[in-house]
Amino acid sequence: MTVSTAPPPDTPATLPNLAEIEEQLGRPIEGPSATGGDLHRLAHLTWTLGTTDFKLKFFGSVLGYLWQIMRPLLLFGVLFLVFSVFLDLGADIEYYPAALLLGIVLYTFLSETTSGSVRSLVTRETLVRKVQFPRLAVPLSVSLTALFNLGLNFIPVLVFLLVLGGTPMWSWLEMPFLVAALGFFALGLSMSLSALFVRYRDVEPIWDVTLQAMFYASPVIYPINQLLDNPQYETLGHWLIRLNPFATILQQARHAFIAPSHMTAAEAVGGAAWLLVPASITVVVIVLGFRIFNRAAPRVAEEL
Amino acid sequence: MASASTDLPAVVVDGVSKNFRLPREQVHTLKERALHPFRNPGHDDLLALRDVSFMVRKGEFFGICGRNGSGKSTLLKCLAGIYSTDHGRIWINGRMSTFIELGVGFNLDLPARDNVLINATMLGLSPREARKRFDAVMDFSELHDYAELKLKNYSSGMLVRLAFAVMIQVDAEVMLIDEVLAVGDASFQQKCFEEFENIRARGCTVLLVTHDMPSVQRFCDRAMLLEHGQMIVTGDTDVVGNRYLELNFSEEARAEAAGRDANETSDGVDEETDMRFGDGRAEIVRAWFEDADGRETELLQAPARATIAAEVRFHADVQDPMFTFNVANYANNQLFGGASTFTEPHPGLFRAGETVIYRIGFDNVLHQDRYALTASVQVGHEMLDYRVRLASAMVHNLHDSGSLIELPYTVSIERDISAESLA
Repeated sequence: MTVSTAPPPDTPATLPNLAEIEEQLGRPIEGPSATGGDLHRLAHLTWTLGTTDFKLKFFGSVLGYLWQIMRPLLLFGVLFLVFSVFLDLGADIEYYPAALLLGIVLYTFLSETTSGSVRSLVTRETLVRKVQFPRLAVPLSVSLTALFNLGLNFIPVLVFLLVLGGTPMWSWLEMPFLVAALGFFALGLSMSLSALFVRYRDVEPIWDVTLQAMFYASPVIYPINQLLDNPQYETLGHWLIRLNPFATILQQARHAFIAPSHMTAAEAVGGAAWLLVPASITVVVIVLGFRIFNRAAPRVAEEL
Repeated sequence: MASASTDLPAVVVDGVSKNFRLPREQVHTLKERALHPFRNPGHDDLLALRDVSFMVRKGEFFGICGRNGSGKSTLLKCLAGIYSTDHGRIWINGRMSTFIELGVGFNLDLPARDNVLINATMLGLSPREARKRFDAVMDFSELHDYAELKLKNYSSGMLVRLAFAVMIQVDAEVMLIDEVLAVGDASFQQKCFEEFENIRARGCTVLLVTHDMPSVQRFCDRAMLLEHGQMIVTGDTDVVGNRYLELNFSEEARAEAAGRDANETSDGVDEETDMRFGDGRAEIVRAWFEDADGRETELLQAPARATIAAEVRFHADVQDPMFTFNVANYANNQLFGGASTFTEPHPGLFRAGETVIYRIGFDNVLHQDRYALTASVQVGHEMLDYRVRLASAMVHNLHDSGSLIELPYTVSIERDISAESLA
């Protein structure tokens, strides 16, 4: 039996010559990328994926919405009992319970965004391998879901504050900007984490530990004055806030949202000029995160 | 994506190659990296596509065929923009949508309504467009009553219907479809086929990836065949279909021959295979199968005309010999036989030393299998030569009903219209 090896020519009668039509064809398609060159589609997908996840959390269980609020509230209950009631910490702090809860809620946002996106590309494997879409939509949608949750979690903070005697202030208007800054910081981390996890699976435990350390290194439970008022720890206290954008943002949020008696971020870092340190860290985290993600995006589908 | 222009081809692929790097040893953890920072485990290259080029005209139904592992799905993913290419360029002229899997992004915990919106958005619609087309999707899938039912409560047939309905509604100008036809129940499949005809009529360009030749021959205007990442042939579906079968069978025949050789060396010569008797006045030198074009082959396409041929040498003068044959399948069931007496009862006198070739033509309706040929030359009841299984051939039948033979048939349905109108 014979199988001829030369392919018979195609029927080129009506097919144009590539060289002749190359100009008219415009640009060839690009492979998969982080943004897909189409920001509209990125926004649509992020919105759809993010809202779907949020809905699933809500309607997946009987108490859906309650569980979302319960988690930070339970943590708050334990911490409040231990530190405020037993150790009598923060007795001289104005609205300490509300300040503590605000810290927990913002920390929850950071943690949901980053831990949630570590595995996100792997969880969304079917999408990544089966459809062409801007890859960035995956970690972005995780951030969006976390943002919705943050909105919900703000309700108990507000309730606590008003019950304790707090009053609405103009400085509340700072909050959207602070949340946005925190969101960018978290997104920068998410982009690196999700892209790195595809290749290196121990990104996950490392990040878990880091996140825990960040919780205690930030003045969530203890008021930062505790460190700054003690000459022995003053420098340490300043650097803790300077090197940790989350702590900087949290401190400013307390000043703006809880009560003006809370130190501003500028005071906590030891002068407004020092704010450049956390600001540049945030910028570096975002730029680096995007570059890492952008580099990994074209091959994510193959490496999963 | 360039806006659709009428005289340009819908898809142009120019010298595309794709290489997968398969690491020899998976370095998956930072710890391993830290412990062995300088160890480079190396990688194996898997060239999934080599220099593939083709064009698809606007409105054409184009098949991409190949066996498993031939690179056809990789090609589709490169076209779809899921994989990046290593070399070459691809142009897609018009709005493209990919259907590698039905219902991408379906979440079983959500009702159909949400899933349709998610799926349509994933396939390229904006959320607003997706909402607008929701009704059309539900109409096509005939699932309007179940719009608020969670997908986990859907039957698999309903799921497929829903997914297919979304796919149809995306309204792409260029559609990339990966073997999604082979799903759903018969009636829905029929509907899908009809919808494919509609897509064609609408002037959509479709690239269909499949290893199912009948559907290629049914739908496609042209096709291409991939093997080991290389383009073997592009053109008419019949040409591609035949090459595909040849490819399949040359492989199967080789595998079988290897198996047969191994058997013979281990068990000795199969006695039945070698069975032969006769008084030697004539000798069947050899026998073979011929295809419709009269070429000797071990691979017969069916349904088609086929011929059995045998070369006979006479060692003595023989008056009016009779040539017979018998065809048995692999399981050694005799399927049919024949003899020359019925058509030529008196062929005349054959002289000693004369060599003749006799041929028996038949309409090959045999089922896909390997067939062995037994032939004999006799005079009356005297056997001159009788050789069992002296030749064999593979038959590939385009029809596959799982029966021993695939007879051509016609169907007619007569309805009593008056009775229906009465009811």
